[in-house]
Amino acid sequence: MRRVVITGMGVFTAIGKNKEAFFESLTRGHSGICRITQFDPSALSIQIAAEIPGYNPDDYFPAKRQDLLDRFAQFGLIAAREAMETSGITVKDEERPRFGVVMGSGMGGAGSFDAGYHSLYACQATRLHPFTIPKIMHNAATSQVCMEYGAQGPALSTATACSSSGHAIGEAFHLIKFGMADVMLAGGADAPITYGMMRCWESVRVLASGNGNPSTACRPFSADREGLVMGEGAGILLLEELTHATKRGARIYGELAGCGMSSDASHITQPTVDGPARAIRMALDEAGHSPEEIDYINAHGTGTRLNDSTETQVVKAVFKDHARKLAISSTKSMHGHMMGATGAAELVATVMALERGVIPPTANYTQPDPECDLDYVPNQAREKPIRVALSNSFAFGGLNAVLLVRRWG
Amino acid sequence: MDAGEKVMEIIAREQHLDPSKVTMDSTFAELGIDSLDGVNILFALEEEFKIDIPDAVAQNMKSVRQVADSLTRVLEGKDVSDLAAMAKGGTPAVSN
Repeated sequence: MRRVVITGMGVFTAIGKNKEAFFESLTRGHSGICRITQFDPSALSIQIAAEIPGYNPDDYFPAKRQDLLDRFAQFGLIAAREAMETSGITVKDEERPRFGVVMGSGMGGAGSFDAGYHSLYACQATRLHPFTIPKIMHNAATSQVCMEYGAQGPALSTATACSSSGHAIGEAFHLIKFGMADVMLAGGADAPITYGMMRCWESVRVLASGNGNPSTACRPFSADREGLVMGEGAGILLLEELTHATKRGARIYGELAGCGMSSDASHITQPTVDGPARAIRMALDEAGHSPEEIDYINAHGTGTRLNDSTETQVVKAVFKDHARKLAISSTKSMHGHMMGATGAAELVATVMALERGVIPPTANYTQPDPECDLDYVPNQAREKPIRVALSNSFAFGGLNAVLLVRRWG
Repeated sequence: MDAGEKVMEIIAREQHLDPSKVTMDSTFAELGIDSLDGVNILFALEEEFKIDIPDAVAQNMKSVRQVADSLTRVLEGKDVSDLAAMAKGGTPAVSN
C-alpha cells in the first residue's frame, strides 16, 4: 500500500503570509478580521472581512505576469512557492509527468468577473478585455501553478464551495495512493471579497456584522455567534509518496492517511448530520483508526447558528462518549472563511498542531451554547501531544470532505 | 502622431517593454509576443481608436509594420478584404 506524506506547506492569509506567521497568530488567538479596504464598503450592511493586510502584487510578481493573474491565482502561486521551498524538493525532468496539481476555488476570479461586468453593464463597454477568461476560469490557479513548477502530471480544479480545497487535497491524496502520481501540490485559493460577492453573501444572511468590533466578529460555537466572516487567501501542501520522500531525505511534517467524502443529497444550504458523519467515518475507515484514536478536530466551525450546532451533533453521532474527550477548534475565528482556500489553510493548522503539540484555540468564545456543549479549546491555545487529527470541510450544497492526518515520528 | 508610432507605443506599454526596443521592423516573435498577447494588443488598439478590427485581419498580424498598415487601412475606412484573404489558412489567435 502506497502511503502519502506531507513534505511542504504554504499559506497566505490575513493572519500570516507564511506558515510560521500563520501558526504564531493562531496560537495567540489573533484575529485578522478588519473593515474592508479593497473597496469602500460603506453601502453594505456587512463591512468586514479577513483581507490580506497591505497586499501589493508588485511585491510578488513582475507587471507582465500580473496582467494574466487574478488576485486568487496570485494567492495560489504565493502559497505554492512556500510549499515548494519548505519541501526542498527538486523535481527532475523525467519525474514531471508524475508531478501534478489539484487546487480548489469557490469563486475563481471573482475580482476580474466583477470588474468585467462593471465595465459592461455600468460603463456600457462594448467589448471586454481579452484576458478576462484566462483570469476568471476556476482552473486558472491550478494551471498557473503547473506552469510555474513544470508539473506535467494529473492536474485539475475542484469547485465545491467551502469544501473545495478539502476535496482537492483528498483527490491529490488518492492520485498518489493509487499510483497515478508521486508528488502533488494540493490546496486552494480564493479572493471573494468584491463588492458584488459581498452583496451576494449579504443577502443570504449568514454573515456576522461585527457591530463595530471586527476582530471579535467571528465567534464559532459561542452562544452569541452571529455568522461567518468572509476571508481570502490560499493554502497549498506538497504531498509525496512515502518512499519518494524518504529517498531524498525529505522532512516529513505529517502523514495524510484518510479522506472521506459524502453528499447530504438533502438541501442546497442546510446541512444534515448524516452526510458529514458518513464522511468522517469514511476517513477513519480508510486510515484504519477507531473514533477513540482521534485527539483533535479542526472543525468546519463557520460561526453560523446552524453549522456549529449541526457539526456538534455530527461529532457526537460519530464519536459517542469520546466526543467529550477530544479537542475541537475553529480557526476560522481568526483567518475568516477563506472559502475555497479554507480547508487547505486549516489542514496546515492541523498538521502544525500535530507536529508541535499545540492546539490552536477557537478565538472570541464568550459563552456556552447548550447546543454546542463540547470542548472547543476556547480562547487559549493548549499544549497537548496529539497523534491523530481530522480537518472538516462541509460546503453549501451539502458536499463534505474530511481529511485525516497522523503525526510523523 | 501616425499610426506606426501609436502602435509602437501601445505594444511597448502592453508588453511592458522598453519603448526603444520596439521598432517598425520588429516582429512579434522578436518581441516575445505570443498569440494571446497579440489579441491583447488588438484590444488596446480598438479601445484607443474606438474601432473594430475584424478577426480575419487580426489573425494576419505578425509584425509591428503589419499592425500599423492594417490599422491605417481600418482607420481610413478602406476595404481590408485582401488582408482577410491573406489570413485564410492562418493560425487562429487563440485555440480552445
